Amino acid sequence: MPQITYVSTDNTTQTFDVPVGTSVMRGALMNDVDGIAAECGGYAQCATCHVYVAPESASELKAMEADEDGMLEFTASERLTTSRLSCQLEVTDGVDGLVVVLPARQIL
Amino acid sequence: MGVERRQNRVVVVGGGQAGHQVAASLRERGYEGDVTLVCGEDELPYERPPLSKSYLQGAGDESRLWLRPETYYARHSIERVTAFAVDIDRAGRTALLDDGGIRGYDHLVLATGARARTLQAPGSGLKGIRTLRTLADARLVRAELAEAAHVVVIGAGFIGLEFAASARESGCEVTIVEARERPLMGITSTTTAAHLLSLQHQRGVESLFQQSVTAFHGRDGRVAAVELSDGRRLPADLVLVGVGVTPDTRLAEAAGLTVDGGIVTDSHLLTSDPGISAVGDCAVFPSPRTGTPVRIESVQNAADQARLVAARLTGSSHPYEALPWFWSKQFGTSLQIAGLGQGFDAEVYVVDSPDAFSVLLFRGDELLAVESVNRPADHLAARRLLDNRIPLSRRDATAADFSLSGHLKAHTGGSALAAV
Repeated sequence: MPQITYVSTDNTTQTFDVPVGTSVMRGALMNDVDGIAAECGGYAQCATCHVYVAPESASELKAMEADEDGMLEFTASERLTTSRLSCQLEVTDGVDGLVVVLPARQIL
Repeated sequence: MGVERRQNRVVVVGGGQAGHQVAASLRERGYEGDVTLVCGEDELPYERPPLSKSYLQGAGDESRLWLRPETYYARHSIERVTAFAVDIDRAGRTALLDDGGIRGYDHLVLATGARARTLQAPGSGLKGIRTLRTLADARLVRAELAEAAHVVVIGAGFIGLEFAASARESGCEVTIVEARERPLMGITSTTTAAHLLSLQHQRGVESLFQQSVTAFHGRDGRVAAVELSDGRRLPADLVLVGVGVTPDTRLAEAAGLTVDGGIVTDSHLLTSDPGISAVGDCAVFPSPRTGTPVRIESVQNAADQARLVAARLTGSSHPYEALPWFWSKQFGTSLQIAGLGQGFDAEVYVVDSPDAFSVLLFRGDELLAVESVNRPADHLAARRLLDNRIPLSRRDATAADFSLSGHLKAHTGGSALAAV
């Protein structure tokens, strides 16, 4: 099972096995990681599952679609070039070793 | 009754989005008293939005619907009880559960939600006539959808349209029957409703308006046809009734709280008993814009009201002023709504392409709401504009180079974030 690492704003690092076919957001909720609100349940509708992807760990992530790109214009914490909505990051064998950094805020 | 009187316990009745969020936010905010979550459904608190969308077609791992895993509740010392609360002793500050349990509280939060309305017509007791509100409903509907060929959807609201799309994508022949003259009457503008209806038609869904159901006809106890007011009969092996919900006010009424189209609260979401709050689909509260009582059925409203009550119970009290927002998804098209458009008298259409546009709803020169189809950046800009009451006139919106994001940035010194 692919392993995903979540880094909190206080630099706490947690790594979990996350099932293929779920999402990086779902992996955080299922493992009780603080810092992901995920209000809309994974539809790229609320921008409250924003993460910063560590670039060197992101080789096989699916490219961003227009929905996600649009929502990321208005995240509660600043958008960076590494910003993604974790609900749109599907877990595949190719994302094993992914590291995501959680922003300070998800909700305004 | 020998019940221990708890000085420091919040009891939350209802395990939906709102109830879960009250409990979760209390713990996030460091509340140290006891927290009890009374859940009527024998499920972990779960997401409802997927029930009319992905859940119906997916592989069916229900853990994907859970708001949090089972371990979350124990880890955060949230007592989860599967029972219905049937009465409240307001003087004694206790809630009575249908399993005989009793919980003392120093604050009670009613998050009792709403129940799907049903249709009363001859034959309405036949198998295969379903509503779609709970996970238990969705399990039945999903199993029946897998076997169905002819689906009739009664009601062209969000649930009806989303279910119609799911059923069509599952390969069924689908007909939507609506009593009024168009979909989403009183919910969206005609422009947006017409677009969503055209999507349904393009995908082969049929629709009949100003028609009501006069009878259901069955075969071997199962629905086989729906008879309409004009006399025609539509073949059906599955009927989905999506004709709205009724707020669940039974407990509030039994307890003598003020109820008027929902559990009536003040701007702080306190009911007529200051020891009891109400949040989410069941609550009627003064609209922050107009002061008139409103009741809103949405994830946003449930979660924001829950957070507000949790904040009050942990010492940070403020009136409820959150901007309502909504979304729907049908055939891969996204509709997002910021604000409440009811009472609009003018609309401005900001078009990107026929499949991506926003409709700005005004009353006079006041922007009430923005409906965005496949325009997520417009939606979030609209939320910022409305939330921060940044002026936007109809004249501004009709300028040749107008965009919601551009207008927002012009008013916030170039940064979309600075408005907050």
